[in-house]
Amino acid sequence: MGILSQPVGAIAAWLQALLEGWGLAPGLTKVILYLIGAGLVATLVQVWVIFLIWFERKIIGRFQDRLGPNRVGPYGLLQPFADLIKIITKEVIIPAKADKPVYLLGPIVMDAGVLAIWAVIPLMPMVGMDTNIAALYTIAVGAFATLGILMSGWASNNKFALVSAIRTVAQMVAYEVPTVLALLVPVLLAGTMSLQGIVKAQHVWFVIFAPLAFLIYFIASVAEVGRTPFDLLEAESEIVAGFHIEYSGMVFAIFYVADFLHAFTIGALAAVLFLGGWRGPGVEAFPLLGIVYLWIKAFAVYFLVVWARGSLPRVRIDQMMNFSWKFLTPLALILLVVAAVLDHFVIGLGVWGRALSHLAANAVVAWLVLQYLEHYDRARARQRPMVAQPGQYPEARPPAPVETSPETAS
Amino acid sequence: MNAWIYIAIFIFLSLFFPALLAVAGWFLGPRRPNPIKEDTYECGLETVGETWVQFKIQYYLFALVFLVFDVELVFLYPWAVAYHKLPLYAVGEGVLFIALLAAALIYAWRKGALEWS
Repeated sequence: MGILSQPVGAIAAWLQALLEGWGLAPGLTKVILYLIGAGLVATLVQVWVIFLIWFERKIIGRFQDRLGPNRVGPYGLLQPFADLIKIITKEVIIPAKADKPVYLLGPIVMDAGVLAIWAVIPLMPMVGMDTNIAALYTIAVGAFATLGILMSGWASNNKFALVSAIRTVAQMVAYEVPTVLALLVPVLLAGTMSLQGIVKAQHVWFVIFAPLAFLIYFIASVAEVGRTPFDLLEAESEIVAGFHIEYSGMVFAIFYVADFLHAFTIGALAAVLFLGGWRGPGVEAFPLLGIVYLWIKAFAVYFLVVWARGSLPRVRIDQMMNFSWKFLTPLALILLVVAAVLDHFVIGLGVWGRALSHLAANAVVAWLVLQYLEHYDRARARQRPMVAQPGQYPEARPPAPVETSPETAS
Repeated sequence: MNAWIYIAIFIFLSLFFPALLAVAGWFLGPRRPNPIKEDTYECGLETVGETWVQFKIQYYLFALVFLVFDVELVFLYPWAVAYHKLPLYAVGEGVLFIALLAAALIYAWRKGALEWS
């Protein structure tokens, strides 16, 4: 096999031969190879965060009609490095009343939960561990990020932090259900839970099969990350900074690393599940291109997340709960039934016939939902008119009499 | 099996990296604790009363509804994986299962478990 058509396989085979040449047992060699592979992916992803921070600050700056970082290095590219050096030499303050071990473990668990998702993401053909329950694994491990927030919020022994931690759990609990339901649609269409298998099944991207499921997955993931408009967990104006109020120095920075990485990770997951993952022109010949395609797609979704952050206000907690339980969850259930029943009848139509009939069904569902929402809106407007009724508010004072000169008065 | 060794190594590494950062911050930063610095920060006021108190019951109700849903949704995954091999009858059974879930949601809704007030 050539280095271009099988880059990772060729290097792995060469390394394995080298290590076995040194007289190591085959089992140990395998573990060492896995360690190198996992170390490379984890480091790549962790270092990538530095760029994400620069990118997000720059883009948010542009959204808010500012320049963003532009002093340190060309286009401010060295700004995150300067911040890193600064923050790593700051004191790590542990409050006297805090539950010390849990307090320190919180950020680590949060970052680990996000990072561990990358173990199963297929970076290119034949790379990325291919377990048969990868889709479920991403959800299971992703929940550890929330656990980390709960741990740090609880252990801080601070009322703001506790409110934030409880809110986070409520939010995660609410948006986990639509996420899992929306995730069922690609699993059902591909007939496998392995992410590599889901990518391989996407001769046509699943976003064409199930645009609404993609939308639900996107919204619910943004809520699980706790990005604006669902950033109730750090609402600065209400609970100061939420769960990381007591943190400082490097332990505080880990929260930021985890947060940015989580946003990019949901981009990568959405790309794998709905946007064809590493698929793209020329991937069969040069598998290394796959990682470029995946990165571009993940980045596009990440840009949407940043865009939402730059343009939407924060929702209230009752709105947040209602939106998930009373809108996203029923809608996801309906979509799942529609996909399941429809796919059974159109499976013989070929790829595009299948895709287009699913798209048509999604359009019908979207139209019905919009009709229902409009009807609901009108019914509510009738119940509680937006225009003030007479007697609803205390009478305004009559305007002061205008002084008139005798000439004009007559 | 091999895949799980890789995942175990990966999880270990993903715990190791942030721990390394935290330890680096611990050693590179200064350490000059004093009672005021270590006090609980609540906008400059002294903190009043216990922090770890009982919480609003509504969160618990939502957690219960979530538990029902999440446990039942896991059962849908094997069904979705085997979907292409199923006859129409089995697909109908899956739909029936989803209908039961929807009924549970409507029940919780009617009972007011989903109200936030």
